[in-house]
Amino acid sequence: MAGEAGNEALAFHPMDQFKVEPLFDVALDYFAVSNVTQWMGVTVLCIIVLFVLGTGKRAVVPGRLQSVAELAYSFVYKMVEDVSGHDGVKYFPYVFTLFIFIVFSNFIGLIPGAFTTTSHIAVTAVLAMMVFLFVTILGFIKNGFHFLGLFWVSSAPLPLRPILALIELISYFVRPVSHSIRLAGNMMAGHAVIKVFAGFAPLVLMSWIGVAVTPLSILAITAMYGLEILVCFIQAYVFTILTCVYLKDALHPGH
Amino acid sequence: MSNTATTLSTATDAAASTAEAIAGAAETAGHATESAGMPQLDFATFPNQIFWLLVALVIIYTVLSKIALPRIGGILADRHGRITRDIEAAEKLKTQAVEAEKAYNHALIDARNEAAKIVAAAKADIQADLDKATAHADAEIAARAAESSKRIEEVRAGAVASVSDVAKDVAEAIVAALGGAADAKTVAAAVAARMKG
Repeated sequence: MAGEAGNEALAFHPMDQFKVEPLFDVALDYFAVSNVTQWMGVTVLCIIVLFVLGTGKRAVVPGRLQSVAELAYSFVYKMVEDVSGHDGVKYFPYVFTLFIFIVFSNFIGLIPGAFTTTSHIAVTAVLAMMVFLFVTILGFIKNGFHFLGLFWVSSAPLPLRPILALIELISYFVRPVSHSIRLAGNMMAGHAVIKVFAGFAPLVLMSWIGVAVTPLSILAITAMYGLEILVCFIQAYVFTILTCVYLKDALHPGH
Repeated sequence: MSNTATTLSTATDAAASTAEAIAGAAETAGHATESAGMPQLDFATFPNQIFWLLVALVIIYTVLSKIALPRIGGILADRHGRITRDIEAAEKLKTQAVEAEKAYNHALIDARNEAAKIVAAAKADIQADLDKATAHADAEIAARAAESSKRIEEVRAGAVASVSDVAKDVAEAIVAALGGAADAKTVAAAVAARMKG
């Protein structure tokens, strides 16, 4: 990167890593094979390797891959059961798909040079809207008009209820926004910060002050990377558990 | 559960917004020459991303719900079933072992009692035989003793008779040696009188 800038100034392009570009010389329309395609393909392959090939032996005493697959299964299954209740278990494959896609995309995005699909609002917004629409439609199918009881806080004093209903309604429609921006924002911010620190790293080639700055920036990259590993999992977890909470609201509206 | 999730999410939201601010500042400082704005907000890329996201999600959902999840669920259920069965079998074997031990102890006690009975019977038999033999021996001994004492009496009587005969002969010989003529009668009377005294 320093080379591009002619070696006399530091170059900061922290957002370049998020560019969506076609892999071949074609226009970026719906079906163009882009870096999004490439890294989503990697995600899908990794998931298939872990969950299909890893469990192929159906061993009673599991191997490494099978253990991880079973662990992920039990983890999400327990989450759905605990948060959404017993009737939420029916939607476990749906929730599991979301969790596994997000957690794999996040971690694959941590590979240096990789493209992080979940850092894009377009991706997370679709995921969040899918959850929002699914939960809303399911709520109306399961409970009919009673689903609107979600907004009518019957435990509050009567004069307050219309106001609370308005607040609840707004918060309900803000859900997909916060749901999607939280994930994309976290992923983007972490990667951008790492890239900013990385921009400082070649300073030692240009200035004596780099003797101090370069090791510090490398240290900071390492620390941020460790934090990102945590964030990758926590964001997938938060996304999934909120999905479970919304699912619970759809199955059992009313406070 | 939802409370913790919400706190967690607000905390990470705050962190994200700070980081975003830093990143934004770095961006504006760094490359003003680049087209302004984040690649995330370049709407021209949205159709492509959404299309491939949906493709990926459909593949993942299909593979997971049709192959992986039933399989893992089956494996877990199998394992659970097997463990339960094994525990049950172990439980059964344990009770069997306890029962076998009980039966064994029972048999042991029976055998001991039987043995004690047999020993007692044998002892009684031997005692009876012994008593009989003892009685028999006692009777024999008594009979023999009686016979012996009779013989002793006879021998003694014989001996006394012999002694008087010898005394008579010796007395006659002494008298003859002294030069007297002793008639048998007198000598006999004298010897008899002496032997009484």
